[in-house]
Amino acid sequence: MAHVSDMIGKDIEAYLMAHQNKGLLRFITCGSVDDGKSTLIGRLLYDSKMIFEDQLAALESDSEKAGTQGGKIDFALLVDGLAAEREQGITIDVAYRFFSTDKRKFIVADTPGHEQYTRNMITGASTTELAVILIDARKGILVQTRRHSYLTSLIGIRDVVLAVNKMDLVNYSQDVFDKIVADYRLFAKQIGFENVLAIPISGLKGDNITHASTNMPWYGGPTLMTHLETVEIADRRHNAPFRMWVQWVNRSDMDFRGFSGQIAGGAVSPGDRIRALPSGKESRVARIVTQDGDLHEAVAGQSVTLTFDDEIDISRGDVISGTTALPGVADQFNGTIVWMNDEHLLPGRPYWMKVGTKLVTAAVTDLKCKINVNTLERLAAKTLELNEIGEVNVSLDRPIAFDPYEENPDTGGFTLMDRITNTTVAAGMIRFTLRRSQNIHWQAVDVNKQARASLKGQKACVLWFTGLSGSGKSTIANMVEKQLFALGRHTYLLDGDNVRHGLNRDLGFVDTDRVENIRRVGEVSKLMADSGLIVMVSFISPFKAERRLARSLLEPGEFVEIFVDTPLAEAEKRDPKGLYKKARAGEIENFTGITSPYETPENPEIRIDTTKISPPEAAVYILNWLEDNGMLLGFREPGDDTPTA
Amino acid sequence: MQGLNNLQRLEAESIHIMREVVAECDNPVMLYSIGKDSAVMLHLAMKAFYPSKPPFPLLHVDTTWKFREMITFRDQRSKELGLELLVYTNPDGIAQGIGPFSHGSAVHTDVMKTQALRQALDKWKFDAAFGGARRDEEKSRAKERVFSFRSAQHRWDPKQQRPELWRLYNARKNKGENIRVFPLSNWTELDVWQYIYLESIPIVPLYFAAERPVVSRDGTLIMVDDERMPLEPGEKPDMKKVRFRTLGCYPLTGAIESNADTLPAVIQEILLTKSSERQGRVIDHDAAASMEKKKQEGYF
Ligand SMILES: Nc1nc2c(ncn2[C@@H]2O[C@H](COP(=O)(O)OP(=O)(O)O)[C@@H](O)[C@H]2O)c(=O)[nH]1
Repeated sequence: MAHVSDMIGKDIEAYLMAHQNKGLLRFITCGSVDDGKSTLIGRLLYDSKMIFEDQLAALESDSEKAGTQGGKIDFALLVDGLAAEREQGITIDVAYRFFSTDKRKFIVADTPGHEQYTRNMITGASTTELAVILIDARKGILVQTRRHSYLTSLIGIRDVVLAVNKMDLVNYSQDVFDKIVADYRLFAKQIGFENVLAIPISGLKGDNITHASTNMPWYGGPTLMTHLETVEIADRRHNAPFRMWVQWVNRSDMDFRGFSGQIAGGAVSPGDRIRALPSGKESRVARIVTQDGDLHEAVAGQSVTLTFDDEIDISRGDVISGTTALPGVADQFNGTIVWMNDEHLLPGRPYWMKVGTKLVTAAVTDLKCKINVNTLERLAAKTLELNEIGEVNVSLDRPIAFDPYEENPDTGGFTLMDRITNTTVAAGMIRFTLRRSQNIHWQAVDVNKQARASLKGQKACVLWFTGLSGSGKSTIANMVEKQLFALGRHTYLLDGDNVRHGLNRDLGFVDTDRVENIRRVGEVSKLMADSGLIVMVSFISPFKAERRLARSLLEPGEFVEIFVDTPLAEAEKRDPKGLYKKARAGEIENFTGITSPYETPENPEIRIDTTKISPPEAAVYILNWLEDNGMLLGFREPGDDTPTA
Repeated sequence: MQGLNNLQRLEAESIHIMREVVAECDNPVMLYSIGKDSAVMLHLAMKAFYPSKPPFPLLHVDTTWKFREMITFRDQRSKELGLELLVYTNPDGIAQGIGPFSHGSAVHTDVMKTQALRQALDKWKFDAAFGGARRDEEKSRAKERVFSFRSAQHRWDPKQQRPELWRLYNARKNKGENIRVFPLSNWTELDVWQYIYLESIPIVPLYFAAERPVVSRDGTLIMVDDERMPLEPGEKPDMKKVRFRTLGCYPLTGAIESNADTLPAVIQEILLTKSSERQGRVIDHDAAASMEKKKQEGYF
């Protein structure tokens, strides 16, 4: 790793002292396939002497084998990775490369250009401070250049190097360079880039990479390496107001209660007044605890542990801020999301959302538009596919504290995760709150669900019948309702007949509509349960996620999932409304069981096997179950269920 | 970029990663291999949870062929720090008498390291394991996530890894899955040495040059650490001043001749050297993509 510095050989201790304070710059290189990204990165590694002799020998023999550079070194071979990709001659995903000079250490996020580009580039760019946008001098500004630039601006990078590459192939012409730069500047203004430095280079020949090119005496600016070594990046987090996500509560003994986290913005000192959000409780910083001793100040980026003067209730996922310049607190916001999963976005479906260290449930309530990354056009959309970007309204199950992404990426950037596969499906950036729940204070409501239900002498609940079309759901649900009515209970039955024709008249049977259908039914049944009723819902409700959503709207124990289990063949044989026949004939699209999936419940409270028992028997079975589980009792007065032991 | 320097940023990031795992996983463990990367990882763990102790045990997968000095250091270090140390050796391997001399490095590594690690993780039902691997070590590592998911069979599927954005790590697991977490992903070899120097982190003395008994095997200097080393009739080990750049099983770890017996001298040699760190590892002299294969098989 022969570093450039002579100091290493002469006075190693002096070298080490000097290098302790070396800064770090993380940057991304963007370009289309064959623009020369790998060659450029390989060249940077080579020029900064980050390549050992054994690696160099391997490189030379690889270069010969590949034969791409006529026996000369192919720098691109330095930066390839996974075997399968290597054989295909392409790299997928993000790879991180490291090199350092006497002035700085660098981490390069390398994201190759192909279809997966948006996902990979956003991922790679999210941890970087600067972007090198590569252009092939022969081709000039392409659609891809615009895409890379837009994505760069979307993720909030403000420092950009426009590297006009392969200058050797255009005779190192200043005219070519000037024209490309002029074109680019027009466009850069549109997307709000402030600091663009254009450098004419040849990654292959080494012009203006580390050494000023003698082929382009007309260029008076810095080489790429010099620029990377010296550019001053203003980290927004440093100038932002104080923020820290509570990551972990540190209780080392009875007396010590500290709150660990990485400072996400600004600085903090002992004595500072702080506020914990979303609760709004205030206190004062007592100590900034680290193993190396207490600190007088901690700044953005540091991982510390704070203690406070008062015993206030703080847990993981809370934001600690100062008492002025507060973050917003809301449960709805507008933002931009980048979809990163093969399975497309379902508006209305609940996803996990992670922002800072907080995990909440989030649903896209409104997909305002998707953005064509090549033209920046805004298009109407019903969903987002892999690599698509959309402007959305998002609704959360509880309020969180946050800042707009532009102001602080650590308190404004988030990811969405699928609740079943747990995989990360989207990255998002919060723009603004839709409603300030900051000042809303919920009064304890005296007339509540229990009060209403108790007036009716019952317990409110939702009996959710799910199963294939023709499985017998509605027949059984009807019988259950009759029995309950006979017992003097107040009930209501929601089914296709009374919901599909009215409230949900606007919905069809494609997946997105099915999700919305069940979401609305879930919300209505929640309201009805809140009014104290025993609600019966009889819908195919084919997707686990929506049934789970409906369940999550209610209190534990209130949701009774009843799986009316009739095998497809049996339901099709019965075919009471002749629908299966039509579906088989292709006259009905998206028919559950035939052309649309039914996801079998895994743990329903009740499972009715209709091949074994008749509908009246099923109704009796359900009533017995309700009785056994204490759901048919009249509402007990508070105090009745005080534990006796 | 006023504010933190390179090492401070790396330190803060590693601590953040460790705390995320502790907050989100049920039963984490730190894979402690006794080498310099493990030393740094352990040091960072002490910082991350201070004044508490790291809320997880250390796990050493002992192949029974480690340098004796490593074992001494391991026991002493965990005792000093007051941490729970779990040591696991594959009982099948012991029963079959597996070793590098009798079975070759590939079989030895597979049985005593790869399989042993899986057994240990299953035995204690760990759902997350910290490892000290770095992205700069090898080309295929450059793409590894910080949180790397393994199936219930401990396999790594390069196609199924999750995108990692900002500082947001997704630690949500499906049933049976476990995670390898690499808090040192963004450290380079030089960063590790520099940090050891700066923070005065104790490391195994084998990293420093001293007179040691060595024999030459296929051009590699192997230290005769115990009587299991087969010698030619009449062969006597030479005393040479050597040190090690990486530490593993002594029969598989090449020594280099050196006079560097202080930390600055060692760093100086590394900075001026012309060969990469992995050269000393006998197991790496395989095909170019061997690392990926090992990863898919659960070596890491
Ligand atoms: N003449 C010339 N060719 C280059 C230059 N940079 C890259 N190339 C060639 O362009 C091709 C694609 O380069 P590569 O680095 O693999 O592109 P990537 O797909 O962006 O990583 C290779 O044949 C390179 O040798 C350059 O500056 N000048």
